Amino acid sequence: MNINATLLGQTVAFLLFVWFCMKFVWPPLMNAIEERQKRIADGLADADRAVKDLELAQAKATDQLKDAKATANEIIEQANKRKAQIVDEAKAEADTERAKIIAQGYAEIEAERNRVKEDLRKQVAVLAIAGAEKILERSIDEAAHSDIVNKLVAEL
Amino acid sequence: MAATGEALTPQGYIQHHLTNLSVGEGFWTWHIDSLFFSVGLGVLFLWLFRSVGKKATTGVPGKLQCFVEMIVEFVDSSVKETFHGRNPVIAPLALTIFVWVFMMNFMDMVPVDWIPSLALAAGIPYMKVVPTTDLNITFSMALGVFVLIIYYSIKVKGISGFVKELTMQPFNHWAMIPVNFLLETVTLIAKPISLALRLFGNLYAGELIFILIALMYGANWALSTLGVTLQLGWLIFHIMVITLQAFIFMMLTVVYLSMAHEDH
Repeated sequence: MNINATLLGQTVAFLLFVWFCMKFVWPPLMNAIEERQKRIADGLADADRAVKDLELAQAKATDQLKDAKATANEIIEQANKRKAQIVDEAKAEADTERAKIIAQGYAEIEAERNRVKEDLRKQVAVLAIAGAEKILERSIDEAAHSDIVNKLVAEL
Repeated sequence: MAATGEALTPQGYIQHHLTNLSVGEGFWTWHIDSLFFSVGLGVLFLWLFRSVGKKATTGVPGKLQCFVEMIVEFVDSSVKETFHGRNPVIAPLALTIFVWVFMMNFMDMVPVDWIPSLALAAGIPYMKVVPTTDLNITFSMALGVFVLIIYYSIKVKGISGFVKELTMQPFNHWAMIPVNFLLETVTLIAKPISLALRLFGNLYAGELIFILIALMYGANWALSTLGVTLQLGWLIFHIMVITLQAFIFMMLTVVYLSMAHEDH
């Protein structure tokens, strides 16, 4: 175990090995480790962000759902209002229509009555003349008395 | 397991296991086995981590990539907790030290006779497989750290700052300069020495105990049975020791370099 030239050889080897390790071994390993650490950190940050995004999206969805419900309610209300309006309008229209029809009916009835009245009057006049003719057949000249009968007809 | 020419005595066995395969004479002796295993393990470490790093995906990682990244992140967080400056060298340095020292220590887990026996079969007389039980190996790493400590001390504080740190502390008075210098120099020198000796001592002792336990297998069956139990127990305990020693070497390196970066 005496000190000899082995010392020198080993020192050279030692320095060479340290140099080699520093140049060719340490950097790629450290780079890989650091790169992976960065990727893991990024991944974790992404996951955090995703959780936050999800929360935001859920809040947004809830909001939108609430909005949609409110809108639906509004629409239903409007529809109801419109329905009532339409029904009212229809009612009013129907009323006027009915009044019109009734008035028309009355007018027609009146015209018919007038016509019938006229007919009856004419028939009564004919009947009256016929009756008078029957009564006065022999004594009364038709031509001489027609003016009186006509006057009678006009009075009816 | 005696080498050629050595008698099969307990002393010979231990001696054989603690002898490096070496070439050269005097100071210019090279421990082939220590260098082979340490450089081999270092290359294995760099190749493994490099191949994982090249194929590293930023998506879902495979099991090997997870394992490698776990180690890298562990080292990185340890460094970040201790070292507060910005220096691109510290973390890769810590990673290299931790994994390399751990792998060299891990050779201690290989049963003590396996590799030497194989080597002997291949005609290699000595084979010491745990590089960190070689003082040269631990000292060279500590020396590398020491050079870095001085380099960064001077880089951060300047030469005057470094000299001031060595001479004007802990007693800020000109008359105390020699005392300060002595104290601070000892503190400075103690850093690499303690680093090297702590690792060496722990692993050498651990290896020695494995060898002593292995000696029991040569005796009767009762001792062999006891040896199995002891080896298992020591192995499990040693797993903790080798990991801890690798971690301590790394942490102390980071602490020393952190101190080197601090301006007082």
